[in-house]
Amino acid sequence: MYAVGNPDAYSDVIVTANYKYSFDAVRSELKGLNLWILVLDTKGINVWCAAGKGTFGTDQLVKQINIERLKQVVNHKRVIVPQLGAVGVSGYKVSKATGFKVHFGPVQAKDISKFIETGYKAGPEMRTIHFTLGDRLVLTPMEINPAMRKFPLFALIVLLICGLQPQGILFKDALRGGLPFLAMGLAAIMSGAFLTPVLLPFIPFRSFAVKGWIVGMATTLLVVRTTAILDDANAPLFALTYIFFPLFSSYWALQFTGSTTYTSMTGVSKEMKIAIPVYIGSLVVSVILAILYKMNQWGVL
Amino acid sequence: MKYLLDVSTLKLISERCKGCGTCVEVCPHEVLAMDNKKASIIDRDKCMECGACMNNCSFGALQVNKGVGCAAAIINSMIYGGEPSCDCSGDSKSTNCC
Repeated sequence: MYAVGNPDAYSDVIVTANYKYSFDAVRSELKGLNLWILVLDTKGINVWCAAGKGTFGTDQLVKQINIERLKQVVNHKRVIVPQLGAVGVSGYKVSKATGFKVHFGPVQAKDISKFIETGYKAGPEMRTIHFTLGDRLVLTPMEINPAMRKFPLFALIVLLICGLQPQGILFKDALRGGLPFLAMGLAAIMSGAFLTPVLLPFIPFRSFAVKGWIVGMATTLLVVRTTAILDDANAPLFALTYIFFPLFSSYWALQFTGSTTYTSMTGVSKEMKIAIPVYIGSLVVSVILAILYKMNQWGVL
Repeated sequence: MKYLLDVSTLKLISERCKGCGTCVEVCPHEVLAMDNKKASIIDRDKCMECGACMNNCSFGALQVNKGVGCAAAIINSMIYGGEPSCDCSGDSKSTNCC
């Protein structure tokens, strides 16, 4: 337990996680107030995620209230738990076990002082979570980084396909033929993992897989129209480009569901029931098209 | 922003509701509201199935198939079994992930 200002037996108790940003936000937003901060050990995870995982929960709060002997520290029976902790903390169970009544506070630490002033009432504006452009923007590295970790494998496959000739693997062909498609792959990743999240509310349809496909298709068209990438392409390569890259973008867009504040498990499962078979099917088709493309290029077909 | 329509598994058993209003307080998306001293679902399509209302209803009036709306979590649970959870960060270097 930590003290902010000079708290006494009448001061309120704020519960938070030992996630650095939560703790720092709470501490800096509470400047000028006198409060106790009760920290639950969530192993560095934020309140929402820890509540989902079970490290910010009823049992942990009850345990911490007992360990810190809160009954002897304060002479009231209130603890303020951030609203997003309600997924893990069951107010009535905490009350039954400790006698302390849980008041679910605002989502954001900046509203805490207003919440206390208004008699522990959080209006809808304090309770609702939003998902602004800024929120989405800061989350995109969470999508781009894992995607880029897979990029070397993608690059290797593309270069192998382009470099593979009857004489062996030709480095010159790999580079000349492959580089434009590496750029295309990069464009598809950025479409799904950056453009789709940022433009989210403005892209038609609710499904993330569909949104990602639309943006991926748009960038694919844009690249094809503005560069010479498909100028010498045969039919299989043409089809491969339009089948693979928009769906590659769609896949990364679907991954962004994990970063949002409004998708549900039932909804994502429903999307995936259609999307995953489509991804696998198109991957198979893409492999066949790649083989046809090479056979055609070598004059076998 | 709204996600897919008609998918949420949220159920309110009105006969059990005693009108305490806790569910309205803990819902992060204004899915529930008080109507004539009882809770009512005013916008089910905003529900993200977080389970906060169910967890805080001492009368068992709310039921939801609680879980995370995360594709990676669902893929992991399909491959490795178990409930989909926010565990993609594991114990490794990255703790940013939910």
